[in-house]
Amino acid sequence: MARLSEASLRIAHEILGRYPRKKSALIPLLHLAQEQHGWVTDDAMTHIAELVEVTPAEVLGTCSFYEMFKRSPVGKFRINICHGISCHLLGAEELLEHAEHTLGVRPGSVTEDQISFEGVECIAACTEAPCLQVNYRYMNKVDADGFDALVSGLRDGSVYIPPHGTLALSRQVIPEDRAAGNAMVDDPSAPSWWPVEEGEA
Amino acid sequence: MSDAPKTDDTDVTVADAEVTEIEAPEVPAPPPGVPITVNGETVHATPGRMLIDACEDAGVYVPRFCYHPRMTPVGMCRMCLVEVDTGRGPALQPSCMLTVSDGMIVDTESEATKKAQDGVLELLLINHPLDCPVCDKGGECPLQDQTMSYGPGESRFIEEKRHFEKPIPINDNVFLDRERCILCDRCTRFAQEVAGDPLIHFIDRGNNTQVNTFPDDPFSSHFSGNTVQICPVGALTAKPYRFKARPWDLTEIESTYPNAMGDRITIQSSRNEVLRYLGVDSDAVNWGWLADRDRFSFESTMNEARLTAPLVRGGGLGAPDPAGAELVGSTWSAALAQVAAALDAARVNPSSIGVIGGARLTNEGQYAWAKLAKGVLGTDNVDAQLGDGIPADVLCALPRATIAEACAPGGTVVIIGTDPKEELGTLYLRLRHAAIHDDVKLIELTATETGLSRQASMSLRVRPGDLGVVADAIVRGDETAEIGLTSTADIAAAHAALNAADQVTVIVGSGSLAEHTALTVEAINAFASRSKVKFLSALRRGNVHGAIDLGLAPGLLPGRTSLEAGRSWFNDKWPTTPAETGHDTAAMLAAAATGKIDVLVLLGADPLIDFPDPELARAGLAGARMVVAVDLFANDSVYAFADVVLPAAACGEKSGSHTNLEGRVSAVRQKVTPPGTARADWMIAAEVAMHLGEDLGFESSTEVTDEIAAVSPLHAHATAAAIEDAADGVLLGNASTGGPARFVWQDLGAPSPATPLDRYSFRLCIDRTMYDHGTLTLSAPSLAPLAAPGSVRLHPSDANALGVVDGSAVRLSSKRASVEGPVVVDARVARGVAAIAHNHAGLDARALIELDAPVTDIRIETL
Ligand code: SF4
Ligand code: FES
Ligand code: FES
Repeated sequence: MARLSEASLRIAHEILGRYPRKKSALIPLLHLAQEQHGWVTDDAMTHIAELVEVTPAEVLGTCSFYEMFKRSPVGKFRINICHGISCHLLGAEELLEHAEHTLGVRPGSVTEDQISFEGVECIAACTEAPCLQVNYRYMNKVDADGFDALVSGLRDGSVYIPPHGTLALSRQVIPEDRAAGNAMVDDPSAPSWWPVEEGEA
Repeated sequence: MSDAPKTDDTDVTVADAEVTEIEAPEVPAPPPGVPITVNGETVHATPGRMLIDACEDAGVYVPRFCYHPRMTPVGMCRMCLVEVDTGRGPALQPSCMLTVSDGMIVDTESEATKKAQDGVLELLLINHPLDCPVCDKGGECPLQDQTMSYGPGESRFIEEKRHFEKPIPINDNVFLDRERCILCDRCTRFAQEVAGDPLIHFIDRGNNTQVNTFPDDPFSSHFSGNTVQICPVGALTAKPYRFKARPWDLTEIESTYPNAMGDRITIQSSRNEVLRYLGVDSDAVNWGWLADRDRFSFESTMNEARLTAPLVRGGGLGAPDPAGAELVGSTWSAALAQVAAALDAARVNPSSIGVIGGARLTNEGQYAWAKLAKGVLGTDNVDAQLGDGIPADVLCALPRATIAEACAPGGTVVIIGTDPKEELGTLYLRLRHAAIHDDVKLIELTATETGLSRQASMSLRVRPGDLGVVADAIVRGDETAEIGLTSTADIAAAHAALNAADQVTVIVGSGSLAEHTALTVEAINAFASRSKVKFLSALRRGNVHGAIDLGLAPGLLPGRTSLEAGRSWFNDKWPTTPAETGHDTAAMLAAAATGKIDVLVLLGADPLIDFPDPELARAGLAGARMVVAVDLFANDSVYAFADVVLPAAACGEKSGSHTNLEGRVSAVRQKVTPPGTARADWMIAAEVAMHLGEDLGFESSTEVTDEIAAVSPLHAHATAAAIEDAADGVLLGNASTGGPARFVWQDLGAPSPATPLDRYSFRLCIDRTMYDHGTLTLSAPSLAPLAAPGSVRLHPSDANALGVVDGSAVRLSSKRASVEGPVVVDARVARGVAAIAHNHAGLDARALIELDAPVTDIRIETL
């Protein structure tokens, strides 16, 4: 499976440069890896472990804690149907069952035309319940018909959803002088203002 | 073994010392610490001590799972909840996370505490399978035991438990059953905090938290066996012990493992078969930890290939025939008679007798053989080291540090020529802890990065051959020098660090096999000129420090005294002493090769494998008129060259004492009987003497111990009774207590200049790894697969320049020979250095070594 691509690696170095300790870049780098394929491959985790100088097991420990990091393939369109309290009360379970029928796969699986869906915890749009996200773009007050319309829209291309990726719509940019300056991955030196503890890399 | 940890009472001792200084003796000294109430009794405890330990000091055991006195408390399991009142009313608090404070009222038996214990155990047992009847831990399981003592007796939980695939291997020797795991974080904390190999981790944290490795990235730690010992349930089990016995079938004895650290162990056996070693928490030495190589090495002594009866080279019906091709079974009397006859003939010219090896022996075996060789036969051709260590007279002249001194808070430790993680496992653990927790500064001068480089405050790369000059520049503060790989800035920084340091401990290893010992000696010389400095030898072979202390080296007599200084002293005690200084192993082999050695005794030595020059080893063994081997196994040298083989007893099969690298003499105890007619080495020496018509003067191992204490002033305190009583052993120390003069360090002057390296060559570095093709590793089925195949490790830039990648075949050529092997690209190796681990399958680089040159340079061609 794939490690970080050349392009991702360039961004990775920029991300690493923001932090006085490489390990701090772990989660942003996992987001970056997820952006590449929609999920975090084992090879990407190994690659990140090399970059932040921890073991792959430590990367996995962090990665597997977060539901939103996926460790198996997902579709091009990832539908997260909320089944938090509000959504649950307003028909989320029915919507999930409907989704299963419409798509013909179980939650967590991928259809042949690259749509996957799953139930997720509250996505903080309770006033719009029941709601869902497609690649983290919100759809509010979705009923069975709304869902079917969404799916056929995705299938025929009439509904445009940007590719899956990080939560942010635009990448964070930190100006050079604000970055911690650990820009060279081979240079473990911390910025002058950071008190380095003994025995730490 | 019980899980009850040994408590650390250092603080109390300090307080004690202060109390004794109070001047008016008529006022009764107040008990140390602050008063606290434990279950109604007022006791005194040191503020800052963990409550769980303070309760234990007061005789009240608080149940626990996750707390381990050698690791940071994490409060994971809540089993140690007790009711504590600090003035605001009683409340439940985890006693492993709470430190003692003045006036604390603790109730470990209150209703609330009991309810909490019930609750915690009921909760833990929700998911823990009740498969105790088929679980290896049953009978010694803290969860089982504490459920019996503190649990509710029944559960309200009727739902399905968590399920995981039953035991999965997390490395070659350790299995993990995640259903049994109670998530106490002990193994993962050990891996991260203690061993520094965080290859197991909690993953999928949440409802399905589990311990696991990264896929296809096993827990390949040299210390993985410790996690099995500290797991409070049967989740982690070790292959060498799995399903071999039930704890109640085991009997045990405390002993010392024969490695240079003298790790304290418990030997457990059932029906005369050793089934397990466990680490014992010795405050002075190993803190309860063991390296896997040592922990699982009992398999080697239990190996069926052990020698069980004497062998002689001969023909049919065991008829001795020196020209015979085979070793055939014989009897002790016949074999001993043959040895005695040869020695008797040779003793007219004592220098025609040589003894190589002896590091495997106990102190008693070493002394008996030293007395036989030097005191009876009168030969000084005795050497426990195989030309791969540090000259004994050099070591004897250095003030010895203790491990505790090296690890004392705020100290400075210089490491030269060794990677403790590969060579002395538990020393690595102690140093790592000291660097991380006790602000000990590590300065390492090595050709490759070591297991401690990340903890070192300075990790300097020194090209093999430059060690003496670099050490000299660092000590003197030569700011102009840039030596080989070591930059001026690094030298200046190390000099400054050394200047700022008070007491310094120098840990000196034997360095690369391809580097002349003189270079290590030059480095020692540089540091020895400093005033506050002590040394720890990192020689790793078994009881090599006992061998040196007991005179198994040319020019030495027992008690770290020289032949000249000790001659008159020992003439009173022994029948004789050698007339002249003898040969070391290299000189003995050279003499044997030219027919000057009549009897060569190999005391657990394998010169073909361990001596840096295999050709000379072969020629020497072939040239000796008779080779007598005292060994556990027919190793390569024994098999090819021994004329008489006497089977010896191994660890667990003999009693006596062992000396570790700091000069700590601790008890070695017998648990099982040796296989067949194998016997203890001191006995073999005594019997050889008897066949020579001599009497070594002792009839039990205790008598040997006491004779050592009587003849060697250094060992005066190490009587059999004292060793038996002292849990941490008897420290020999440095102070002279009368008797013959000891060695003193004499300045050797300026080091020889660094050897330049031309830009087409690589400098050869032959280092050592934890697992190699040594007899011990190969004869333990669980360890043998861990030895990696031989390879040439090169820095990535060098590999790039040569156009080679992992696995590329290359030819290495020195002035002397060429060998071929595969490349492994390794960023830990310094540029311009070709590192090859000694004694790995498929690549023996010793042929390349130019023995008389300080270092060996090689060319590398791709194939
Ligand atoms: S495997 Fe054992 S030591 Fe490790 S967390 Fe589980 S119970 Fe604790
Ligand atoms: S419960 Fe669905 S958005 Fe909060
Ligand atoms: S022993 Fe205190 S919480 Fe586990």
